[in-house]
Amino acid sequence: MKRLPPVAGEWIDRTREISFVFEGKSYRGHPGDSISSALLASGASMLGRSFKYHRPRSVLSMANHDINAMVQWAERPNVRADVTPLTDGMALTAVNTFGGLRADKASILGAFSRFLPVGFYYKSFYSKKLFPLWERMFRRLTGLGKVDFTAPHLCTAKCYGFCDVLVIGSGPSGLAAALAAADQGADVVVVDENARAGGSGGYARGADEVLAATHNDLLQRAESHSLVRIMTSTCAAGYYTDHWIPLVTADVMTKMRARSVIVASGAYEQPAVFRYNDLPGIMLASAAQRLIYRYAVSPMRRAVVLAANADGYRAALDLVAHGIEVAAVVDLRSVIGDGEAETAVIHQGIRIVLNACITEAVPASDGKGVAAAVVVPVTQPNEAIGLGREQIPCDGILMSVGWAPAGNLLYQAGTRMRYEKSLEQFVPDVLPAGVFACGRVNGVHSYAARLLDGQRAGSAAAAHAGFGIAMGVAVPNETECPTHSWPIIAHPKGKNFVDFDEDLQLKDFENAVQEGFDNIELMKRFSTVGMGPSQGKHSNMNALRILARLVGKEPQQVGTTTARPFFHPVPMSLLGGRGFTPERRTPLHSRHDALGAQWMPAGVWQRPEYYQVADKSRSDCIQGEVAAVRNGVGIIDVGTLGKLEVIGPQAAEFLERVYISRYANLKLGMTRYAVMCDETGVVIDDGVVGRLAEDHFYFTTTTSGAATIYRELSRLNTLWQLDCGIVNHTGAFAAVNLAGPRSREVLAGLTDADLSASAFPYLALREASVAGIPARLMRVGFVGEWGYEIHVPANQGAALWDALMQAGGGHGMRPFGVEAQRLLRLEKGHIIISQDTDGLTNPFDVGLDWALKMDKPFFVGQRSLRVIAQQPRKQKLVGFVLEPGYAGTVPLECHLVIHQGEMAGRVTSIAFSAAVGQTIGMAFVAPELAEVGNAISIRLSDGSQVPATVTRTPFFDPDNLKQKEAV
Amino acid sequence: MKIMICPVNGPRPVSEFFCWGEIRPMPDPDTCSDDEWADYVFNRNGAPGVKKEWWCHSASNTWFIVERDTEKDVVLRTYLYGEAA
Repeated sequence: MKRLPPVAGEWIDRTREISFVFEGKSYRGHPGDSISSALLASGASMLGRSFKYHRPRSVLSMANHDINAMVQWAERPNVRADVTPLTDGMALTAVNTFGGLRADKASILGAFSRFLPVGFYYKSFYSKKLFPLWERMFRRLTGLGKVDFTAPHLCTAKCYGFCDVLVIGSGPSGLAAALAAADQGADVVVVDENARAGGSGGYARGADEVLAATHNDLLQRAESHSLVRIMTSTCAAGYYTDHWIPLVTADVMTKMRARSVIVASGAYEQPAVFRYNDLPGIMLASAAQRLIYRYAVSPMRRAVVLAANADGYRAALDLVAHGIEVAAVVDLRSVIGDGEAETAVIHQGIRIVLNACITEAVPASDGKGVAAAVVVPVTQPNEAIGLGREQIPCDGILMSVGWAPAGNLLYQAGTRMRYEKSLEQFVPDVLPAGVFACGRVNGVHSYAARLLDGQRAGSAAAAHAGFGIAMGVAVPNETECPTHSWPIIAHPKGKNFVDFDEDLQLKDFENAVQEGFDNIELMKRFSTVGMGPSQGKHSNMNALRILARLVGKEPQQVGTTTARPFFHPVPMSLLGGRGFTPERRTPLHSRHDALGAQWMPAGVWQRPEYYQVADKSRSDCIQGEVAAVRNGVGIIDVGTLGKLEVIGPQAAEFLERVYISRYANLKLGMTRYAVMCDETGVVIDDGVVGRLAEDHFYFTTTTSGAATIYRELSRLNTLWQLDCGIVNHTGAFAAVNLAGPRSREVLAGLTDADLSASAFPYLALREASVAGIPARLMRVGFVGEWGYEIHVPANQGAALWDALMQAGGGHGMRPFGVEAQRLLRLEKGHIIISQDTDGLTNPFDVGLDWALKMDKPFFVGQRSLRVIAQQPRKQKLVGFVLEPGYAGTVPLECHLVIHQGEMAGRVTSIAFSAAVGQTIGMAFVAPELAEVGNAISIRLSDGSQVPATVTRTPFFDPDNLKQKEAV
Repeated sequence: MKIMICPVNGPRPVSEFFCWGEIRPMPDPDTCSDDEWADYVFNRNGAPGVKKEWWCHSASNTWFIVERDTEKDVVLRTYLYGEAA
């Protein structure tokens, strides 16, 4: 093969040369070449080895399903040589060879093919014991490209696109559709996987200059239309609901949202099945036309064309027009059409052999090419007759026996397809709303008819998107059947390939059916037909025809396998894209950073776990923070709490319904602990409710629950239609908890408010100015000290923090983190929802009975709790201590409590308390173990058991003296 | 379904929404039996078909009702609670 003289419209740039390496040898090509075309132009004939028998292979389609011409390009495995653009300096090797492409040692497997029957793996390697051995061997033998684990991590962006009408395929019908839709005012995007637009209009020429001119005009009109955007080298990789199409290019994925979609994806040319139909030099007629018109590469010197439609005659004319001898057109049919192509072939004196087939190709002496075609007369339909056999010398064979619709996206969209006998093709029968099809995928093959079909679909799609009204366009029927119903010729010696990905031969299908795999889905899985990298684009239709004939059914009855995304493989880097982990930060984040905060995630928030002090261990830092709070004063950022308001005449009624306690009687300026249950009576959240006015409450939720609680409360209020509104202030307020015996002194210097115990008692809520900032102050006791929760507008949070830190400096105030807070509240026996409770915990289990007001008319969970109250308890949350001076391994949260060898509970919180002088914790235990003073046993990860004693809580300051005014 | 229609904000990507689940009328807690209550609280109907569901447009905290055919994956209509019977 060699480069042709310049061909009008060729894609290559002859003014520049680029060099590349394939299998260790240097080659030259032009920009615009694909890897395959450059190799063929440089004289290479064999491009790869087959998957199973390692047979020499070359070009089949030049349409992104030449699975036997895949190459490794540095870290990129399985690069499709037929369509991948050549770039300067590429270093390529063929995949799946042992010792290189030319002398692949594994080609010996071909000689053993009769010992590798269909279903071989299933039948031979079921032994569990030997399976690992076989698996290793076969993975080595049958792999494709190599994965390079050192490949760089690529960060790819995703784009989002919008259009009124998306046209998939820029062939004649697609372009006509785009123009029709755009003329009605729709914003149109046309995508095409090829490097240039035009589709088959660019190469299925039949050496017809008028057709070429017509097509160029169509292309130019589409390209210059202001409402048409054409995206080339872009694959529509799948169809998702509501017309959502991922458009994939070499380095970006665009998620395109369209109002309507036109599938003008054309058809895959289908191979004929005859002995040695896989030799290099045997290709689809459209592959030869692509080589000529796109890359100016001569596909062969002397060809035999196996035809069963007018397309074969056009291909013959294209060969002759570019100086390639056509030895004969062998036609499977008895009668041919009287179209221009057939007439021209006859006129040019090209030999036509009707009623004949090719039973086998004769391999060249080196086995890596074709020497001749064996042509034999056929009866109809296609039983070869032994008599009249003729050998026609040639170095290439074109196959032009029919088409299968590229209907993958139509199937994914939920289109019902129908087998149209007059076309021997599946065509769309019922299309989903907003999805349209035109051109070959719609069973319309002749050029003029495709333009009309495109116009029809384009107008209808624009109308669906709200532009204009659908034109009635009459599309003429095909005058001949473009596809042969049985392009398959049996041969006693086999090697007549149906699936080139998986090296499946005709007899493999016969055997599969004989073994009972006579349903299309079963046959696919047993034989692996269509499971290779091309996903059956050239093999599914023939497999279906074979199965239909073997079981005596029509193709319609046999049906097709499921078409799933993606249409072509999509690189993982494009699917992965960038990683997003959104996080929220409080207004005080920078202040914590400056103080050496060690961050931990709390729901979507980042919170300081503790503050690192130089040369101190984590646990020393935490114990230091705890000591500061107990003995002096500490400050913690609690801005992550959910902060809500409910306002309106029925605000109290609303809170009565969503919390288990009573709030109607809450006094102005006071707060009350609040527990929320779900409908099953499980504790889901807690917080504090404060009353600012008769009809105005301010309340908090847990950090992790804030968003979902607000959402659910909004739903309940929508449902109940109470006369009140809920406002979410979570992000609008900054909040700190100032706690410790000296907290009042610190605060006193910053506010005029009366902080005396009588004016501002425990659990009171006050609005006052702190450091000149309007604030809401609550005297709460989560950590068991005298303390104030101070809420201020978020934009003044940092100013408040700075003022408090400055005022606290003289009192030895320290900021404390979440870990210190956890220990402080544990000492007080205060639970943390979702740490000390789980998805089954009710208020009785955790000693919240006191908060339950069962005599209220209604609250969420009340009805379930009425039932639960009658039932025996299954578990009880208790406090426990380890033995004083215990020096062994300390149990962890979730370690099990064991009683008489059985699980009897689990630890929910545990830590060493300096204030108590012992390791303290809380655990769920069986009710019979819950008695104070009971000995329990906790099992460590290593299986050993640690003794502990059930203890009354709080562990520290049981009479809450620290929250009261010293006497 | 990749698009949901918020009655206030119009068609938006479904990732902006939260689906609460099928609307199930609560039996009267004071008169229903324990079994009726347990059925209401614990059992869900997973059979595909036309469902009336609570949905929320998270970004705007808009709760509304969706009538949806879960078998055909089609949104039949959406409206604010109380707007249409």
